[in-house]
Amino acid sequence: MGSGRLYAAVAAGGFRRYATYRAATVAGVFTNTVFGVILVYTYLALWDEKPHLGGYDQAQAVTYVWLGQCLYATLAIQGGGAEKDLMDRIRTGEIAVDLYRPADLQLWWLAGDMGRAMFQMLGRGVVPFLFGALFFPMALPTTLTPWAAFVVTLLLATVVSFAIRYLAALSVFWLLDGMGVNQVLVITGIFFSGMVLPLNAFPGVFGEVVRVLPWAAQIQMPADVLMGETDPLRAFAFQAAWAVALLAAGRLLQSAATRRVVVQGG
Amino acid sequence: MAERGVLLEGVRAYRLIAGMWVRSSMAYRTSFVVTVFGNLTVTALDFVGILLMFSQVDSLGGWSLPEVALLYGLSATSFGIADLVLGSMDVLGARMRDGSFDTLLVRPVPVLAQVGADRFALRRLGRITQGTVVLGWALVSVDVDWSVLKVLLVPVMVVSGAAIFSAVFVAGAAFQIYAQDAAEVQNAFTYGGTTLLQYPPSVFGKDLVRGVTFMLPLAFVNWVPAVYVLGRPYPVGLPGWAAFASPPVAVACCVLAGLAWRTGLRSYRSTGS
Amino acid sequence: MEPESGFIELDGVEKVFEVRKKTGFMKRERRQVRAVDSISFRVERGEMVGYIGPNGAGKSTTIKMLTGILTPSAGRLRVAGIDPSRERRRLAHRIGVVFGQRTTLWWDLPLLDSYRLMHRMYRIPDARYRANLDRLVELLDLGDLLDVPVRQLSLGQRMRGDIAAALLHDPEVLYLDEPTIGLDVVSKSKVREFLREVNAERGTTVLLTTHDLQDIEQLCKRVMVIDHGRLMYDGPLAGLHEAGESERVLVVDLERELPPIEAPAPARVVRVDGPRQWLAFPAGESAAPLVARIAAEYPLVDLSVREPDIEAVIAKMYAEQTERAIS
Repeated sequence: MGSGRLYAAVAAGGFRRYATYRAATVAGVFTNTVFGVILVYTYLALWDEKPHLGGYDQAQAVTYVWLGQCLYATLAIQGGGAEKDLMDRIRTGEIAVDLYRPADLQLWWLAGDMGRAMFQMLGRGVVPFLFGALFFPMALPTTLTPWAAFVVTLLLATVVSFAIRYLAALSVFWLLDGMGVNQVLVITGIFFSGMVLPLNAFPGVFGEVVRVLPWAAQIQMPADVLMGETDPLRAFAFQAAWAVALLAAGRLLQSAATRRVVVQGG
Repeated sequence: MAERGVLLEGVRAYRLIAGMWVRSSMAYRTSFVVTVFGNLTVTALDFVGILLMFSQVDSLGGWSLPEVALLYGLSATSFGIADLVLGSMDVLGARMRDGSFDTLLVRPVPVLAQVGADRFALRRLGRITQGTVVLGWALVSVDVDWSVLKVLLVPVMVVSGAAIFSAVFVAGAAFQIYAQDAAEVQNAFTYGGTTLLQYPPSVFGKDLVRGVTFMLPLAFVNWVPAVYVLGRPYPVGLPGWAAFASPPVAVACCVLAGLAWRTGLRSYRSTGS
Repeated sequence: MEPESGFIELDGVEKVFEVRKKTGFMKRERRQVRAVDSISFRVERGEMVGYIGPNGAGKSTTIKMLTGILTPSAGRLRVAGIDPSRERRRLAHRIGVVFGQRTTLWWDLPLLDSYRLMHRMYRIPDARYRANLDRLVELLDLGDLLDVPVRQLSLGQRMRGDIAAALLHDPEVLYLDEPTIGLDVVSKSKVREFLREVNAERGTTVLLTTHDLQDIEQLCKRVMVIDHGRLMYDGPLAGLHEAGESERVLVVDLERELPPIEAPAPARVVRVDGPRQWLAFPAGESAAPLVARIAAEYPLVDLSVREPDIEAVIAKMYAEQTERAIS
């Protein structure tokens, strides 16, 4: 119970930290909205040409766009969440302090990142989504069940997103510089999460592959759950499986890294 | 006359400072190589997105792949040039917050040149390279009755487009003087602008097209001249000579952006924030 | 040639900022803050002046106006006959600025590269540049550091590097903002010694802000104290001590524990701890007679003098003024 309160406090800290950047948040809302508008028009043209592409109708494609803009900062698709701070701490050696803290390193950072995600969702994600719902036809459920399932799938998506970035951040123990890893995060995040195009509209074998990669848990799954395009339980299982696998990999890497730090003398 | 002196002085200072940044980046060779490669990949994926769309359809908004590629190549190349020259100006807000902006004001060279050259990075050549490749492919694949005028219009578009995007960057920098934490807003106009222009105007709502034609004249980067080259109609009414109006539009944008920068700088010097 | 009526001149210079304060949800109140409130002074060519005051007193705002970074709200301001706010770039050739906590050197490049940039940016004639560089390298002991990337330099080395960068173009006036902050004792004395030499050798006018009273004591005959945007004191350092009635402390280590030393008034023992004793005496007076007397009459092992710090001096000065005002 005591440790539960600790991580809740860490999460609250993450939330508050991002809440202080007010102007930046407003700027982000504006930018996401502009990009949403541009994407919506291109998708409408695409679905106009090929109705039911990827099993979506036009309203669903529009919903997908605004959901993507809504989750863009929440899931740190381009990076810029907890992993950024973690990389800095590893590079400067301050990470040694974290290792002596009577808390679990991975859970500590996960809690902080969940707090950040929560703020990004409310502060930065909701407004563009509402803007989209107001000015474009969207396919939103009218019953409560899909929304409830959506909340669960979002939580799982946040954990998967964190687990990927945590792995990337830990690599700095060996690479000593986060530049290259960050590049990889941006590229994979944008492309394999389906920011460019919904993953179910990707053609052929390529499409089959990207739909089972962990990034599919980030935007595609929540979108499909919200719009009733997939069985929620199947989506949860997919997301949870990746979350567990990636978090476990993170733990392995973390203990290897810790040993390294201890051997080097902190 | 004095204006011209300032311009030359600015270009000279820009080259000096940009050179320092290039040498600084060479201090971390591996990172440099990695970021060059990463930058090239990110921009390439940009176009892969369009290719993915065309793997599902034969035309978008009535435009074929080579036609969209022409728009893409023009937009990416001119944006890439502006991005290379002035793309790091979003650090201006941070410089003001930490006070290092003041150190630029005690130098005997124009502040805009110093801000523009700040964090100059050759890795930004990636976008120009990729844009040029797509543009080259589009030029040979697109179905056009080439005339001398149309051929000449291509380099004119790239240069004017780069100037228009540069004006957007400078206006964004001026905006940051007033809203230091809101640097991301300019992304909506820079990255958002180049993304918008990669797609055919026929895709977008008429009001949006009107807005980027008459208010924020991004359409003169490629849309307006390109519809003339391709012999396509423009969604909103424009006189025939508009296809050749890109250079004067670019000059006007640069003048306005310069004025905005001057006003911003004057305001900074009187308010200190 | 205009008459030399003061190299730096300020006449009723003011700087008013408008501050917006949040007073509730979406409500903001505009308030005017007078950062610099009608300041007038002049500094002659070749003077070395300390400009001191608590944080937020208006020191850096004044320096920013003198360097052309900020435009004054009112008043007249001239540096070398130039109006800094109107001819910022022309002025830049004639002034050097060192921001204590903010290096202008290129972090990842060898020190020399930063100097080469100055050479070209300020269009310093080649011969002049080489001569200046040689002399600065010699005086500031930079010879071994020229090829070292700035990020690898210690704080003291970097400060010396920054000072050299500010002087390559032969500025007639040098502004230093906390030039010894965070430096170790050796670096501090190197920097001070150098500034004295530059001032003597080239007649460079020096205006420095500092929290370290020793900087002022060892460098400046004249001190200006600013607080709440107003000039509170302008005169010799000794006078400041008088005004503030500040005290220095002599720390004496004796051979053994002894009763408090009988010192001539106004000096007096303020603390005894075993063989160590602390004696306070007026900061304006020399410590020499006191030291001589103790050395003659007591078994002295070691001694040191602790300087009062600037904040303490100013705080005392205000206390005096308030008392006087009340009585």
